[in-house]
Parts: sequence; structure tokens; C-alpha cells
Amino acid sequence: MTRDMVLRVVAKLLIPFILLFALYVQFHGDFGPGGGFQAGVILAAAMVFYAIVFGLDNARKVLPDRLVETMVAAGVLLYLGVGVAGPLLGGNFLDYFVLAADPVAGQHRGIFWIELGVAITVCGVMLKVYYLFAGRGPEDD
Amino acid sequence: METLIVNVLLTLMMLAVVVLARTRNLFAVIVLSGLYSFLMATAMVALDAVDVAMTEAAVGAGISTVLLLGALHLCRSEEAKPAHKPWLPLAVTASAGLLLVYGTWDLPAFSDPEAPIHKHVAPRYLADGPRETGVPNVVTAVLASYRGFDTLGETTVVFTAGAGIIALLRRRRRTTADKEAP
Repeated sequence: MTRDMVLRVVAKLLIPFILLFALYVQFHGDFGPGGGFQAGVILAAAMVFYAIVFGLDNARKVLPDRLVETMVAAGVLLYLGVGVAGPLLGGNFLDYFVLAADPVAGQHRGIFWIELGVAITVCGVMLKVYYLFAGRGPEDD
Repeated sequence: METLIVNVLLTLMMLAVVVLARTRNLFAVIVLSGLYSFLMATAMVALDAVDVAMTEAAVGAGISTVLLLGALHLCRSEEAKPAHKPWLPLAVTASAGLLLVYGTWDLPAFSDPEAPIHKHVAPRYLADGPRETGVPNVVTAVLASYRGFDTLGETTVVFTAGAGIIALLRRRRRTTADKEAP
């Protein structure tokens, strides 16, 4: 944890906006540039920033290891779930047209959920890798 | 104007790589590679690929730099002198690079609308994408809907990489714990 007041204040000011930007990139991806991968990475970057300034232990309190590890798998499972929903509703694998009564609305729904899945997995992997790297000291070898 | 900006950025990137290769201080190397990624991200913005620029800035310049700094924390900060002269690897790399440059002569000109890649399925995506998916951003429509299988594969790759790193770095910690236990 850094004792530098400037860094701590700047981090506290910036992190909410980074998180908001990640959400914007995620949910506005249908209309502007962005999508699940970018949003997940920006989210992870915000958490890494938090961990650098306020310490790894505090970051682990915000997003515990167990939750991060769950995220790694949950995103892929969500994506696969959307894919499997196609055959269950009488379509093909990853067929979004059957997800709603109106085919275009179905496409919208499918894209929304798979982008969310991508974001969850990417954010989880990035954070987990950071936790693993930062949690090792030179004496751990 | 755009060409000028991109060329300046590419020149700066080249400079960064040359300095990177010659620097022995690993901290400077990490900072330079972050700088390289930022230049790359800016070049991507100039080329109108904002999605890629965002990813490059966040992953290449942000998280990678932090991970490399974390790795630097675990080792010495000066690169050891190479044991032998790098002439053979240099020759192999240079000839491979020249071969690749030779290969680019056959590629269509940059952003040529008549290039085969723009004639295959792209016109259909552009014409029917907004109507079929209701998503105005064609990149998202292609990525998530038309190419949903590919994106599923990419997500699985990210998952596999994460699982691999977890398996690798965790086992190591457990063995040290085992060593201390008895």
C-alpha cells in the first residue's frame, strides 16, 4: 500500500470513472466501439490500479480470490449457456433468433448475454493472473 | 495527414524497439515496452480501429506492464551479458523479416476497397447486418452474432490460458508449503 497522498487521492477520483467507462463500453458496445473483451480488460485494469495503490490485501477484500476464480469459468459457461439455449428452444447452437418472439430482439438478447460472458471471463483471468503474480515474493521460489 | 501521423507513430515505434533491444536495464525495458504499446494504440486510433486501440492500451500498456513489473520484482534488474555473439540469430531473424517483406509485395494496397477480403462476405454483413441483428455497430454484429463460434473459441482460449496460469503458479506455492510442513 502506498502512503503517497497524491496517488491515493487521484486513484480514488479516477477509479469510479474507469469503472463507469467499463460499463459504458460494455453496454454501449452495440452502438459504438467496444464490447465484452474491452470492458472486461478495463474493469480488470481499474482493479489492478486499486490493488497497486491500496494494496493487494484490500483488493482481495473487494474481489476475493474465490469470486475471481468463479468469474474465470462463469463467463465461458454463460456463453455456452446462451449457445445451448438455441437447440433447447428449437434452433441451432448459438442461434439467437429463437431467444425471443421477434428475431431481431432475439439477436439483441443473445449478443447482450454473450458479451457479458466474454467480459466476465476476461476480467476474471486478468485479475487472477495479477493476483498470482503480485502475491509472490522473491522468497517464494 | 492521417498517413503522416501513422508514419510518425511507426517511426517512433521503430525507435522504441531499437532502444529496447539495446537497453540492459530491465526497468527501462518494461517502461519502453509500455511506451511501444501506447504508440501502437495511438496508431490504431489513427487507423479508426478504436476497439483494438482500447484493448492495446488496457492490456499492452496497462496490465502487461504491471505484470512485467511484478516479474521484475522477483529477479535482478540488470540483464546478464549474452554468453555468445548474436550473429546467427540476427541473421535468421533478418532473413525471415526480409522474406515477410517480400511476401507483402503480393498483398493488395493498404485499404484498397477492391481487395478480395472486402469482396467476400463483408458486403453482406454491411448491407444486411443492421437489419438482421438490429445492432448498428457492425463490428459487434459480426463478432457476437455472425462469428459467434469464433468468439466462443476466443473466450475459451482466454479461459484456458487463465486456468493454465492458475495451475502453474498455484502448484508452486503448495510445494513450498509442503516443504515447510514436515
